[in-house]
Order: sequence, then structure tokens, then C-alpha cells
Amino acid sequence: MTSIRLRLFAILLATTGAVWLFAVVWTYVNTQAEVERVLDARLTEAARMVSSLITDHHIDVAAAVDAANAREASGVFEQGEGYSRQLSCQIWSLQGTLVSRSESAPVTSLADHREGFAETEINGERWRVFAVINPTLGVRVLVGDSLEIRERLVGGVIKGLLLPALVILPMLALLIWLSVCRGLAPLNRIAASLSSRSATELHPLPEAPAPREVRPMIAALNSLFRRVEDVRVRESDFTAYAAHELKTPLAGLKTQAQIAMRSEDPDTRRQALSQILSSVDRTSRMVRQLIDMARVDARDDVVSRDQVDVMRLIEELSVELSPVAAQRRVQIAVRSDGEQAALCIATDRTLLRLILRNLLENALQHAPPGTQTICTTRAADDSLTIQIDDFGPGMTADEQTRSADRFYRGPLSAPSGSGLGLSIVQMAIERLGGSLDYRNREEGGLSVAVTLKRSAA
Amino acid sequence: MRLLVVEDDEVLSDGLKVGLNMLGFTVDAVGRVADACEAVAVNRFDAIVLDLMLPDGSGLDVLAQLRASGGRTPVLLLTARDEVGDRIAGLDAGADDYLGKPFDLDELAARLRAIIRRAQGRAESRPQWRGVTLDPARMSAEQDGRTVPLSRREFTILQALMDNPGTIQSKTALEQKLYGWQEDVESNTVEVHVHKIRAKLGAELIETVRGVGYRLKDEAP
Repeated sequence: MTSIRLRLFAILLATTGAVWLFAVVWTYVNTQAEVERVLDARLTEAARMVSSLITDHHIDVAAAVDAANAREASGVFEQGEGYSRQLSCQIWSLQGTLVSRSESAPVTSLADHREGFAETEINGERWRVFAVINPTLGVRVLVGDSLEIRERLVGGVIKGLLLPALVILPMLALLIWLSVCRGLAPLNRIAASLSSRSATELHPLPEAPAPREVRPMIAALNSLFRRVEDVRVRESDFTAYAAHELKTPLAGLKTQAQIAMRSEDPDTRRQALSQILSSVDRTSRMVRQLIDMARVDARDDVVSRDQVDVMRLIEELSVELSPVAAQRRVQIAVRSDGEQAALCIATDRTLLRLILRNLLENALQHAPPGTQTICTTRAADDSLTIQIDDFGPGMTADEQTRSADRFYRGPLSAPSGSGLGLSIVQMAIERLGGSLDYRNREEGGLSVAVTLKRSAA
Repeated sequence: MRLLVVEDDEVLSDGLKVGLNMLGFTVDAVGRVADACEAVAVNRFDAIVLDLMLPDGSGLDVLAQLRASGGRTPVLLLTARDEVGDRIAGLDAGADDYLGKPFDLDELAARLRAIIRRAQGRAESRPQWRGVTLDPARMSAEQDGRTVPLSRREFTILQALMDNPGTIQSKTALEQKLYGWQEDVESNTVEVHVHKIRAKLGAELIETVRGVGYRLKDEAP
């Protein structure tokens, strides 16, 4: 059952019904026992009375029985025709002849036992009989009443209990239904306030007026809202930055192109054209990085595990980056520490390549001309570390914390940087489950270390 | 007319400097909020071209500081985000105009001339004096129905004088309009250019106020 309202309603109705039923059964059993006790006492009393009356010899049996019945009629069970004159009395001699009987009593013996209580069936009618022996007169007095009457009496009590219940139960059901609806009203209010929101309204729900039981849900919702809002702000920041970072070079290109077209001076034209070239280079690098970033984003769940020869990968990258290195007049030195086999690691080749390419490119961009960028690979039993050292300006503490922000460019950043490189590196490292450490070297420059775990799941 | 360009992208900044220079402006360029605030505090510019996203803050910070210190220099915002909300925020912060990247150099120059004109309280886009009409869009003058081409510096001096007819422009004030920070001021250039203007448009136009500077000569003979 998916509806809380229906479930609560059913549970409440079932438990109320069960309590009611238990009360009825209990009353039934109790009433029956009580009625039996009282009626048995009446039988005993009537039998003794008849016995004592006949002992006096003055009163005949019929009168005695009538007296007993008359006493009965004014007693507790004075509920109408059904219950009066139902007491039957027989007096038998000890030899077995019927001495006398009351009007309502059958001709046959009510019971065969000598003394005390017994239940018998005569002509299809069930009787409860009490026998008492009068030794002085040598007679046995039997007084009995119909069990059917007793049951009717108990039935009447139960009916009196059940009938109002049948009227009350629907009312009770209605009340339970209304209470359940009222109890669930806070949920409906929250649902209504949520469904009337637009997609951008992510302010938290107020917790104070909500019932205590609903608050954990509201808290969870609010925390979800916060996370969604964060993502939204980041996305919108990203769009703003991407727009700025892509449109600014376009504006530069257009302006320089207009200068080149209209200037008469060959130097100015050449200068404008060379500006266009460098801007195209820089912009294409940024476009490549944006695509890389989208690729890392998309690789969220598909991280493949190839056996990557790290040394070969670095060699490939240094060849690929040699034009940049030559232009910046920086040399890339590749070193390793460990067995050839130990310098391989099972990881995602594409992501590792992105990480190393961006880090190497950064090092080349920041290193002063004529220096070396040193790339050292170290193998350990459970991990592999690739460290890239340069002789550039290093990074301030603020730059290190903000480096993963997309498009963030620190005060010491290279003029051609896009502010995307380290964001990509950070994202890719997280995907690979590795770690990234920045350290300013004492001799100057930055040391970046990428550590990958070997058996990382 | 002297401009301050606040733009951190080197290629665009260089383009603005060279391009606006070709269109008759004298341009100084900075790339950071701090440098821009300092430049604005020290120098007088006719207008400021301001990029919104700068490495050490927002262009709006520069604008806010300028307006807070009572500076009324007209400001044109350059921005990549072409959204109404951004434009409103910029204009509310005290900007005079707004141009989305990428833009056309001629449009930028025209808009700059317009906000400078408005700041000087003139509706006329082509100032006139004694039969001489200045055409800023073409960097030329018209006299008696003929077009007289002017060099950038001649144009700048003539414009400075014609924008404020009757007031005396000191030699230093004119030099400031002619040269950006990086350019070396050659001595006597103002005299040389005034001489050239007189040769092209007649000696009667500009009057030398000895020891003070230059002004346009009154119509009365």
C-alpha cells in the first residue's frame, strides 16, 4: 500500500476493531459465566425451597413450585414473557415414581443422577437440572431450566453491546479518516509549497512550523537544495567565464584583423597579424582544454584500466610538447627511479595523459627561458609518483587552494594561460583516485607530484 | 581625446590601443583593477573603456571607485556576457554605455565619441568654428566645402580646441591629449602641429596666448 493515509486508516481501523472485538468476546464469556452462576444459584435455592416446603406437609408441591416461580418473576430476570415460568420442578419418590410436577415440567424424568447439577436433553430440549434428596420424606426434588433460555439471555446482553457498535463503527471510521487527513496536512502543505516553486527557487523550506517527524525529511530536502544550488551557481559561473574567455580572444582577433586591413604601415600590419596568430594558438589551446574537460566529465563512470608504460607516455608527451619547449627555450629532462616493469601502472591512459600533458605544459609556460623542466617517475610497491619540477615563480598558498577553480588565473599565471589546466588535472586525478601535491621548491620553482595507487579499486 | 583602456587580454588590449590610436584617440592601457584605479586617480581621461572580468576583480570595482571619488569621466563597458541583467547592473553602477564582445572597432570609436560629447554637454557631433567643421569620424576638417585631411595629432589638437571654444588650452594639457604614458613627448611638437593646422586652415583660426597656451580666435576681427 503506497498511500500513508490509507495505511494509517487501515491500521487504526483494524486495531480499533480488534479492541472492540476483544471487549465483546470478554463480555460474552464473562456474562455467560455470571448468568450461569446466578441461574445455578437460583436452581439450588428453588430445589431446596421446594424440599423444605414439602417437609412441612402443609403445602402441596404445585403450590411450592408456583411460589418459587412467583418469587422468580419479581427477581432479577424480570425481562418479559421469555424468561418467566421457565423453571420446571419434579418430585420423585426414591423408588422412582413421579410424586408431583410443576405445570411446565415434562412427564419424563428431568435427570437420572441422584444429587447436584447435571445437563440433560429431553425431547430435543436441553436442560440444566439440580437434584436434592429429602431423606425424611424419601423423595428426590428436581428443579431444571432450559439452557436455550440461558443462551438467549447472554445473547441479549451481547446484542445490546454489538448493536450500538455497528452504528458507532462507521462514525469511528469517519473520525479516524478525518484525523488521519488532518495529521497528514503538514505533508500536503510542504508538497503544495514545493510544487508551486519554479525550477530556480531553491531556497530552503522553513523547518520551524513542521512537525518533528517531518523535519528530518525537510532537512534532507534543504541539504539537497543547497547542493543543487551550488551546482547551479558553478554551472552559471562556468558559462559566464567560458563566454568571457572565448569572446575576449574573438574580440581581440576582430580588432587586430581590422587594424591589419586598414593600416597603411607594414610594421603595424605585421604586428597585428602576429597578434592574430598568437591569439589563434591560445584560443585553440583553450578550446582543446574545454573539450578535454568535457571528456573528463563524461568519463565519470567509465574509467578503463589499461597497463600504461608511464615512461613511454612521458616520452611521447615531451615529443608532442617539443615545439612549445623550443619556443620557450626550456628543456624537458625525463628521469626515472625503479625497474622498467615497476614503472607501469594499471590506470586510465587517456586521463593520465591529460594530467601529465597539462602539468608539463604549465611547467613549460612558467619556466624562465634556458632552464630545465624535470620529470621524475618513482616506483613504490603500492604506488607510482610522477613529479614535475620547474624553475618558474612557484605558486602562492592562495593560488594553490584556488587552482582547481575553473578559469582561475593567479597573479603569477602565464599570460597565455586559460585557467583550465589545473581544473582538468584535479578532475582527472579524482577520477583516477590519485592525489596531487604542490610544493614550492627551496631552490625556486614549483614541484608538482602526482601519486597513483597501484591497486586502487 | 585621451582614453584609458582596462583590459587584461594582451591581444585585445594591444588591438584597442593600436586601433583606437588609428581612429584619433590617445590610448593608455592597463590590465588590472589596481592599476586602473591608480591611473584614474592620477590622470585625466576623456573616457574609459572597461572590461568587466579582470584577474584581480571586476571592472565594476573600478567604476564604483571612480564614481565614489566624484570622477565623472564617461565609461564604456566591454563585456562577454550579453545579458540584460548584466547591462542593467553596469549602467546602474554608473557606466555610460555598453558594448558586447566581439565588437566593431568603428562602432566602439563612435560610441566613445558619443559618450564623450554627452559628458561635455554637446549634442552636435561635428563641432564648428568660423566656417571650419570638424568630422571626428573621418579625422578631417571641412572648410568652404572642401575636405582638409588632418594627421592624428593635428586632429587631436584641433578637436581639443574646438570642443571648448573660447577657453585656453595649455601646452601641457594638449601634450597630455597627444601622448600616452609609453610615448616620449617631443619638445615643440604642439607648436609644430599648431603651425601645420594654421597652414592647412588659415592662420586666423588659432590664437596663441603668450605664456599660457592656445585658443580659438574670436569671430570679431
